[in-house]
Amino acid sequence: MESVLGRYKNLIVLACVLVAQVLGLAVQVKRTTDTESSRLIRIWAVNMVTPFEKVLHWMHTGTGNIWHNYFYLRGVRAENRDLKAEIERLRLEQVRLHEDAAQAHRLQALLAFKEQFISQTLPAQVIGSGGSEQSRILYIDKGQKDGLKPDMAVITVDGIVGKVLKTFGSTSQVLLIDDQSSGVGAILDKSRLQGIVRGTPAGEVVLEHIMTDNAVQPGEEVRTSGGDRIFPKGLPIGTVTKVGTGQDLFLNIRVRPAANLSKLEEVLIVTKLVEQEPTQLETGPVRAADILAERLPSVPDKPPADASKLKEGAANEAANPVAPAPGKPSGASAPPHAEVAPNPRSGSIVPISPKNTAAAPGALKPATSHGPAPAPVNVAEPLQTAAPMPNPSSPPPTTEPPTQNGPQ
Amino acid sequence: MPITYTSGDQVEVYRFNWPITLGVPATALFLQAWLPHQFPAFAMLDLPLLVTIFFAISRRNPISGLLTGGAIGVFQDALTGLPIGLNGIAKTLVGYAASSLGVKIDVENAGARLLVTLVFCVTHKVVYFMVARGMVNLTMNWSWPHELWSALINAVVGVFMFYALDRFKQRT
Repeated sequence: MESVLGRYKNLIVLACVLVAQVLGLAVQVKRTTDTESSRLIRIWAVNMVTPFEKVLHWMHTGTGNIWHNYFYLRGVRAENRDLKAEIERLRLEQVRLHEDAAQAHRLQALLAFKEQFISQTLPAQVIGSGGSEQSRILYIDKGQKDGLKPDMAVITVDGIVGKVLKTFGSTSQVLLIDDQSSGVGAILDKSRLQGIVRGTPAGEVVLEHIMTDNAVQPGEEVRTSGGDRIFPKGLPIGTVTKVGTGQDLFLNIRVRPAANLSKLEEVLIVTKLVEQEPTQLETGPVRAADILAERLPSVPDKPPADASKLKEGAANEAANPVAPAPGKPSGASAPPHAEVAPNPRSGSIVPISPKNTAAAPGALKPATSHGPAPAPVNVAEPLQTAAPMPNPSSPPPTTEPPTQNGPQ
Repeated sequence: MPITYTSGDQVEVYRFNWPITLGVPATALFLQAWLPHQFPAFAMLDLPLLVTIFFAISRRNPISGLLTGGAIGVFQDALTGLPIGLNGIAKTLVGYAASSLGVKIDVENAGARLLVTLVFCVTHKVVYFMVARGMVNLTMNWSWPHELWSALINAVVGVFMFYALDRFKQRT
């Protein structure tokens, strides 16, 4: 027996090691989450590698900063001039977009939309990769200590990057959108077709679940649909580069990611999302005819019995600094950044807006079949700036406190 | 290509001190994780595999080779988002086979090293592919030109790396 063991010692050890690894693999495949043992090995490996990566990254960026910030300044003047021109152009565009966004939010409120908005982000540096062609992951220098949790969205200004896969003490793994195990709810920008963006084993990004009878053109932008509950709606994913016939009546759509996934230096982790419901819901269903009725001039009812009191009230209102100026949000307590939020989306989390004031219970509600007619509105003034009039049949107008988490 | 078939008594067996035994695989794992981020083309390289082959053919001890390969592979898996064991199994087999081959033939010259490394790189890919497809149900595309090209690049890098690591060898 001993001679047999001695003769086949190598093979026996080989078989034991292989069986142990196969069993470990089978356990991991069966369980969706990491077991304690595999989690421990991952922690060891990550803690062994990432400190050196952080040091090298720090040295690399430090050297680069010294060179670019102090020595290599050629063309900075011209670039500065171009940037100023760009800022002017963007300011004009911002004004237009702000109006569009305000209108869109009013319509969303009417349709009882409930949307998610990025409320808080955390910047992080990319310090390393998984080092494998089969697994496309990144390591960032923020972890559990910084409040990161799995399934948080990772983005850049260009577009989405991926999601947090695993978190460690001061490091996290990020699964890129071109990994074959990733999936992002997506919507085509023009055709509004919804699908799922996945990675392929070759590292490409494809849009799946679009039927062949739909027309998709190369060049169309793909954005997040918000259906995955990880990425907020509307973030850029990429651009359609190729459309072909795939399997099972679905199109094979290749997408070029908006973010350059192979050269990521800094990313933003979305640590907090605000799910906002339009305040108009409080007033119950509002019809389009109601809105039109609000905006059309109407014959005022009989003047109030106590006209002098009304005049007094108007005088007080004019003297009150909290009262909204025409064209401005009505809430003086609203944070200043909320008034001029550059991002159209951020306009939606302006806590007190003219439309919200107008939508307060009893305020500016026209005579409809839903309830009694409110007090008349002075049509000479812009509708949004009119002070809410008390309605005896409705509760007093309420003003929501401003949201503390402004857009980042 | 001079590959000398020798008996077990003729081949030289080397050993390595502990700092090298631990430091070289750790450095290979670190570079494998760090270099592809800086230079994406480096993802084609498999430095931990080259280290596994080097230790296996130098020590010429199958048990040592398979244990070294298994440990390196497991730690390499731990850095990826994939289940632990894919690289572990593949590198265990490569470590065992390389050390067993090292007992039989002399792989001290560049030509032999290039050929052996090329063969083991392809073997590693085949085993990895089979385990990933068969056990984990991972979708993987197999492309012979890509795999052969990747194996050739690894083999060329391996030849230079082996010469660099030769200075750490200690005769038993």
